[in-house]
Amino acid sequence: MKKAHLKPIPTAPHLPKAPTGIKGLDEITEGGFPRGRPTLVCGGAGCGKTLLAAEFLVRGAVEFGEPGVFIAFEETEAELKANVASLGFDFAGLVRRKKLLVDYVRVERSEIQETGEYDLEGLFVRLNLAIDSIGAKRVVLDTIEGLFAALPNEAILRAELRRLFRWLKDKAVTAVITAERGRELLTRHGLEEYVSDCVILLDHRVNEQIATRHLRVVKYRGSLHGTNEYPFLIGDDGISVMPITSLSLNHPVSSERISSGIERLDAMLGGRGFFRGGSVLVTGSPGTGKTSVAAFFAQAAVRRGERALFFAFEESPNQILRNMQSIGLRLEPWVKRRVLQFHAARPTLYGLEMHLVTMFKEIIAFRPAVVIVDPMTSLLAAGSESETRAMVTRLIDFLKARQITTLFTSLVDGGSSLQQTEVAISSLMDSWLLLQNIESDGERNRGLYVLKSRGMAHSNQIREFVISGKGIDLVDAYIGPGGMLVGAARAAQSSRDKAAALASQQNALRRRRTLERKHTAVERQIDLLRSEYQAEQREARRADNQDAMRTRVVSADRTELAFIRHADAQKTVNPRPNSNSRKNKP
Amino acid sequence: MKPRKVKVQKSGLDAPSAKVWRLRLYVAGQTPRSLTAFENLQRICETHLRKNYRIEVIDLVEHPHLSKGDQILAIPTLVRKLPQPMRKIIGDLSDTEKVLVGLDLIPSPCPISTTVNTP
Repeated sequence: MKKAHLKPIPTAPHLPKAPTGIKGLDEITEGGFPRGRPTLVCGGAGCGKTLLAAEFLVRGAVEFGEPGVFIAFEETEAELKANVASLGFDFAGLVRRKKLLVDYVRVERSEIQETGEYDLEGLFVRLNLAIDSIGAKRVVLDTIEGLFAALPNEAILRAELRRLFRWLKDKAVTAVITAERGRELLTRHGLEEYVSDCVILLDHRVNEQIATRHLRVVKYRGSLHGTNEYPFLIGDDGISVMPITSLSLNHPVSSERISSGIERLDAMLGGRGFFRGGSVLVTGSPGTGKTSVAAFFAQAAVRRGERALFFAFEESPNQILRNMQSIGLRLEPWVKRRVLQFHAARPTLYGLEMHLVTMFKEIIAFRPAVVIVDPMTSLLAAGSESETRAMVTRLIDFLKARQITTLFTSLVDGGSSLQQTEVAISSLMDSWLLLQNIESDGERNRGLYVLKSRGMAHSNQIREFVISGKGIDLVDAYIGPGGMLVGAARAAQSSRDKAAALASQQNALRRRRTLERKHTAVERQIDLLRSEYQAEQREARRADNQDAMRTRVVSADRTELAFIRHADAQKTVNPRPNSNSRKNKP
Repeated sequence: MKPRKVKVQKSGLDAPSAKVWRLRLYVAGQTPRSLTAFENLQRICETHLRKNYRIEVIDLVEHPHLSKGDQILAIPTLVRKLPQPMRKIIGDLSDTEKVLVGLDLIPSPCPISTTVNTP
């Protein structure tokens, strides 16, 4: 006992289940219907009860090797075969190969008179025979409530039905019992009382003229199950219940980056583009080039050798192809090579959930690496805002789980604030590009900026978004003291800038030349002055020499004079304090 | 007296002009209810049809595939094969008057389809 806590927690004993093979239903019920027990499928007229039951049988026979018996109280064998065959099931073939057995039980109230006690042993005998004759593992009773109309004694009938369900359990067949939806109860005659293991409710609702079928597991004894209402679709290959999306946010992430198809845009996104598996929102008012951005993104994907799926809710594929050609984008070859696929539908064609189911189906079938939804906002027309949001959440989860990069375009009204309208959805998006019309100087230009991009250093600049016959280009907008200039104004400004630059260059040149000239002049003056100075210097030296010469001559003359006067030349060199004579002494 | 597979009780072939009633009683095993039904049927036939009838008793336990032909759900079920049209009476046939109405031996007090079925 001490060791008990070391052992892994034992998982709950698994309730054996019989997979239905119906897309999505096994996920909701975590494996299918309870094996060996009856399941009640109830719903109003035309919500697909019989079809669900028939698909359960057919898939059981084809995919799981479990033969099945269809006891029909409403439709004859031929009718049933025809109905089911329209969904691509080879009902007749299965019947021939003894994988299926259809037994039409006709009960006509007008033929029957009731006297005294009875039971439904006849039905039991018949059912038993049918089950044993092909070794059936699955049984459908559609719609057993037909008996209530035929057999007047409800008390007996109820007791017998209780016995029947018990008997089915003992027989260990997985049974599906269909029943009409009642006004207050799940079924008109309260059959849910007898079938307590699994109850599934189908519903067909019309909301704002758009009809959607829903499926809900009301109860599933002993098993976990999804409790929501799940929309389902009856397509050409049977029923698909919308695959459940776990909102657990634990999908794998990739750090791989993929190009947006526009070089400068990649540069704005940290130089490498979007993350693979990310969700990208391109918001813009009408005519800002959302579809073009989307088309370039698609083209980049197919050029990388990936597949791209384009959901168009506004334009027909051909129109998109033509329009893209006008901006130098040829998508047709890719469509022909089946790497680019368009799926176009009017948003109001069917309900939102149906759109989602269809999209899921397309995505699963085509397995694209890139999905484009253009525009997401059109879907708002098919549902309320909260529904759309829920749908987009599911879609994004679904795509992220598959590492599919998605680009949604979103149309916003010219008037309303771009950022506010999409708050609800934008939080789901990893990257958000905003396309804006910039009106100035009598023209309209497009601007693009990255509002957010999770997990990368992105540019915060507004770029001018230029669409031309050669494609898309992002041009640096002129941002100067006068604000942002785009289009012709930008061009004018840049030519003005160019002129100004040229002028200042010329000015500088001129200044330099003047300076050089001045320099030469100064140099010349310096030379002149220097030579003048040198001339003066020479002159001065000459004068000095002459002076010295003269002094010597005068002094000699004086000595001679003294000699003549007989002065004691030896003793009285300076007989008189003669300043002149002393000074001039050599 | 026990119902067996097929039991021809009595035929009024001696009167070819008379209408022969062909009746079929479906049972499942020899349950008290089946026996009651059979006894009731015999009594009613003797009383009202004299000799012009034929009763087949079909035990579905032994012949389950026969349940399909006459669309038998309830047990016991009495089927009037002849004269046409086919009639079905379910139950142990304890209410003689209803059996007679069901077999068209006496006119129905009201159309069968709207018969009030309170016990």
